[in-house]
Amino acid sequence: MRSEYDVIVIGGGPAGLAAAIKAKELGLNVLLIENREFLGGIPLQCVHPGFGIHYFKEDLTGTEFIHRIIERFRALDVEYYTNAHVLEVVPYSYRHKILRIVTEEGLFEVAARTVVYAAGARERHMFEIGITGHRVAGIYTAGEAQTMMDIYGVMPGKEIVIVGSGDVGLIMARRFTLEGAKVKAVIELMPYPGGLTRNVVQCLEDFGIPLYLSHAVTRVEGKKRVERVIVTKVDEKLRPIPGTEESIECDTVVLAAGLVPYLKVIEKAGVEIDPATRGPVVNSYLETSVPGIFVAGNALVINDLVDYVVEQGEEAAMGAYEFVKNGGLPALKWRKLVKGRNIRLAVPHYLADTKDVTIYARVGEPEENVRLRFPEIGKEIRLPFVRPSEMIRVKLKKEEIARAKDRITMEVVRDE
Amino acid sequence: MSEIKKFRLTCIVCPLGCTVEVTMEGDRITGVEGFTCPRGKDYAIQEIREPKRIVMSVVKVRGGRFPTVAVKSDRPVPKELIPAIMKKLAEVEVEAPVSVGQVIVENVLGTGANIVATREA
Repeated sequence: MRSEYDVIVIGGGPAGLAAAIKAKELGLNVLLIENREFLGGIPLQCVHPGFGIHYFKEDLTGTEFIHRIIERFRALDVEYYTNAHVLEVVPYSYRHKILRIVTEEGLFEVAARTVVYAAGARERHMFEIGITGHRVAGIYTAGEAQTMMDIYGVMPGKEIVIVGSGDVGLIMARRFTLEGAKVKAVIELMPYPGGLTRNVVQCLEDFGIPLYLSHAVTRVEGKKRVERVIVTKVDEKLRPIPGTEESIECDTVVLAAGLVPYLKVIEKAGVEIDPATRGPVVNSYLETSVPGIFVAGNALVINDLVDYVVEQGEEAAMGAYEFVKNGGLPALKWRKLVKGRNIRLAVPHYLADTKDVTIYARVGEPEENVRLRFPEIGKEIRLPFVRPSEMIRVKLKKEEIARAKDRITMEVVRDE
Repeated sequence: MSEIKKFRLTCIVCPLGCTVEVTMEGDRITGVEGFTCPRGKDYAIQEIREPKRIVMSVVKVRGGRFPTVAVKSDRPVPKELIPAIMKKLAEVEVEAPVSVGQVIVENVLGTGANIVATREA
């Protein structure tokens, strides 16, 4: 390990690997830190297809996708540590951060001119989604169950109830069924499925798995292991309706109730958090409110596609490159991206006319035949539909950004 | 004149999830509507005639970095054969090292599809 790097990348999943590759290609000296025992992150345990359609123009499994990225990373001979943790990122000065890193060789203090934080997300657990009851064996998050089954080859249970119908929940329902378990039900709080329609079709309908919409698992019961869950209907305000309880026998509960950006290390460094994304507030270089700390992937915003995660990794590395080259970012004037009608979240939060930018956003409500409008810059895009489960990705050119004074509103408007 | 039947399908080729309606007169497909690209039309016809899917799973590995290797069928296989293919894969055990793309089972159950590795081991 050197004593100083141009960029230290935290996280060896798709965002971190992409950032390290790009930074190395741009000529920076790079160190990557991964806390698991292997590089690759979550796609390494995603044996299903649906990865790389944009980035590689091919439909790959998660494992194939990340293999290609790892091959590139290896070819560039980037310095990295696995089984290593970053304990602390200290914003020592505008141009220097000090990182305290634990590896198998001991504790190190290393300086970095920039940091790309790409530590991904954590899964929401049962207490965050209002499930009460016994704390027995047989309750897993989707990611834990996936690691057990698809890396270590151990089935988490025989009769499974899945909480949450996002793409993760749906895909896990299919995986469990194919591997011989019985998925008794998928329980969804909202009145519509959280994931893509095609996943409802090919993961649930293909196997006759019941989907309970507008329902919540309110209680887990069992002595040593899960024996049943209590499922309750919810009203329009998502409150359980007394008297509608129903019991489903099962030995396993899998929670696929969403992800939250995992920010522990950089939160302590003082980055500002957006309550909508629960990730950091960033500018169009994906720099956080702490100069020189960049963020990418699911640590920035929960993405639908690994393709976007990789794109953000590369973007953050280019931001780090500009920072290293100029001793800070070149942009001086920031325009605030303002969330207008039916925009629930949008990143980056501040835009500059020094570069083109890709905006990632989600709507609050599903709508059909709409226009995505940026009134201050006179840009409009027609969309056949918008859905909360599908991220909107749109590019703004720097000339367009330059037309706005201090704010750029993004809104969804209905066709008259 | 044979009976006219209509089937409504959700295309699973891409995230758009178009609703495609297939009209059949007896055994003949006489109309396909609602698709927004040629792949959607092909999917709907295939889905009516003989539904097919890519199969993915993991198989056991001896002496590898991980106890399993991820695999998939290199082309879609008939949906009705999937349970039998899964049963077959549960019995397969391979020796490490395994590289991505390596054929694990050739021409699985006579489908013409190979089971290939999608992760190193």
